[in-house]
Amino acid sequence: MKMSRRLPAIGLIAIIALISFASCSKKEVKMTSDAPTGSELLIGEVGSMTGSEATFGQSTHNGITLAFEKINAAGGVKGKKLKLISLDDQGKPEEAATAVTKLVTQDKVIAVLGEVASSRSLAMAPIAQQYRVPMITPSSTNPKVTQVGDFIFRMCFIDPFQGTVMAKFATETLKIKNVAILRDIKNDYSVGLANFFKEGFEKAGGKIVEDTSYSAGDMDFKSQLTTIRSKKPEAIFVPGYYTEVGLIARQAKELGLNVPLMGGDGWDSPKLKEIGGKFIEGSYFSNHYSEEDKSPLVQKFISEYKAKFGAVPDALGAMGYDAAMVLADAFNRAPELTNTAIRDAIAQTKNFASVTGVITLNEKRDPIKSAVVLKVADGQFKYQTTVKP
Amino acid sequence: MLEFIQHFVNGLSLGSIYALIALGYTMVFGILKLINFAHGDVYMLGAFIGMYTSRALHLAENPSLGGLLIALAAAMVGCALVGFLIERIAYRPLRKSPRINLLITAVGVSLFLQFSGQLVFGADPKFFPQIFQIEREFSYGELKINPLQIMVLFISIILMVILQIVIFKTRWGRAMRATSFSHDLASLMGIPTDRVISFTFMLGSSLAGAAGVLVGLIYPKIEPLMGVMPGLKAFVAAVLGGIGNVTGAVVGALILGLSETFLVGYGLPTFRDALAFALLILILLFRPNGLFGKKGTDKV
Repeated sequence: MKMSRRLPAIGLIAIIALISFASCSKKEVKMTSDAPTGSELLIGEVGSMTGSEATFGQSTHNGITLAFEKINAAGGVKGKKLKLISLDDQGKPEEAATAVTKLVTQDKVIAVLGEVASSRSLAMAPIAQQYRVPMITPSSTNPKVTQVGDFIFRMCFIDPFQGTVMAKFATETLKIKNVAILRDIKNDYSVGLANFFKEGFEKAGGKIVEDTSYSAGDMDFKSQLTTIRSKKPEAIFVPGYYTEVGLIARQAKELGLNVPLMGGDGWDSPKLKEIGGKFIEGSYFSNHYSEEDKSPLVQKFISEYKAKFGAVPDALGAMGYDAAMVLADAFNRAPELTNTAIRDAIAQTKNFASVTGVITLNEKRDPIKSAVVLKVADGQFKYQTTVKP
Repeated sequence: MLEFIQHFVNGLSLGSIYALIALGYTMVFGILKLINFAHGDVYMLGAFIGMYTSRALHLAENPSLGGLLIALAAAMVGCALVGFLIERIAYRPLRKSPRINLLITAVGVSLFLQFSGQLVFGADPKFFPQIFQIEREFSYGELKINPLQIMVLFISIILMVILQIVIFKTRWGRAMRATSFSHDLASLMGIPTDRVISFTFMLGSSLAGAAGVLVGLIYPKIEPLMGVMPGLKAFVAAVLGGIGNVTGAVVGALILGLSETFLVGYGLPTFRDALAFALLILILLFRPNGLFGKKGTDKV
């Protein structure tokens, strides 16, 4: 019987081993876009092709691929074709850092596109900056990302703005005063957005009745929701990613919390509607673009994307497309394709008409763009309003 | 007060899910003295088998108890088979080696299942079809209870009773206990120990499979790494109750579920996972046999 007493202790050690193994596993999926051999320009992409936010990486990859194909079909850049080297980070910041190091040091790419999630972009940016390779994140909204250095750019609005969009929408359109916050404490994006929402909402005269958190990967949120319920909010702000939001919506309704949820662009995925089902109906989130936008540029992009991938692009697909287009435009404008010339050309991007709005980068390398608010209704994301900065 | 009761109900329902997984864990340990770390991953496989069966048979179009039973049966049979294979391929060749080798192999099997799962099923989360619904909801004013979770609690308790009966009242149970006492002695008495061990594994794995389907139904987001945390929590629950003790596993799981819920509900949501492992360390330091464990006399 001696062994049986010691075994649980050994088990503890094994647990530690198990956790550390699971987190340092390595997997590389290498995908290259079709491009003829010969003189090529190598561009790297890091994205979450697998993992719990897989649709983010896949949509972005689709958008970039579509843009590259169009550019190459039109003759490429300066007579050279663009070639994409795409690496999967499984949705883990440490993998994103490894991937960008490989792209920069081994593949010698001249620019990097990615990531969607701010946590991962924040892991990549210092490396791109260190090796002085221009990096454009299509859709990381946390302000810290571009503060890393002068080689880091983004194509989307930032969270201080996105937070006020929902704060404004809550006070002016929904006319509500009491909101609870449920944030993902492990996620830079979610924590930042929650803070900016809180600031904006309180400034507009609203009250945050409860501010609590969960960790990505949790499956039970009932304890937080029960506490929130006792504070009687009129809406809950959940600036997380779609996988958890779907489960939160379900459990909120189970507890009889019949108030709308509100969130940010991290909700944008077809999986949200699948996991959330009818329970997510009537909720609102801010996003980069709406597929209902009637402008010819947007509709042309949607029909091309649909023809190639058989699905309506979400905002991440559109942002990936825009990032690739801006990069190609900068290549064309740069006098030579050195890293500093490319960097300066991207920084000078002005009045570039893109799918998700007109892009002019400011001195902080962030664009000033408007946001849309979408409502989940009848299994679709319905356009509500546009909020200008 | 109402909030407190709601937290209590939430805690019980979370605990009953841990209990469902912990039962298989503790039974395999009780008989074989092997911590089967792959148990959480067999639970994951159960959820996926349930999902694919429901999809193939379109069970979600007509949610019914029959559909749930079909998915449960498929997952239990599938997982029993997986359990049999794991034991046959990975553990049996090591039967005569030191226990630590088996433990490390168990970790290896666990990682193998997780990453093969990512390869085969894809790493993105999948939606578990809603094959069974109870329209009636239990509510007393503000107090809301998901009927499915009551069902899980009862299923855990029923399975616990059945296991107790199997282990202590049947011939197979006697054979299992004899094997647990001493392999060599049991085989001298004419007990087919290899078959008994296979049977134990298949029983434990089928319990994990059932848990996978039920959890998929309540938290309909499943992915290949979903077994890691619940598996570890169930292990903590089993140790808490006294590993090897079937009743202890259920009680330990309910205690863990309740304490997690109260901790998160009353202000410290970030410490949710830390709590389980802090409990594990404390119980190993102060009561290594668990709450219900017998104080074994060590004979060398």
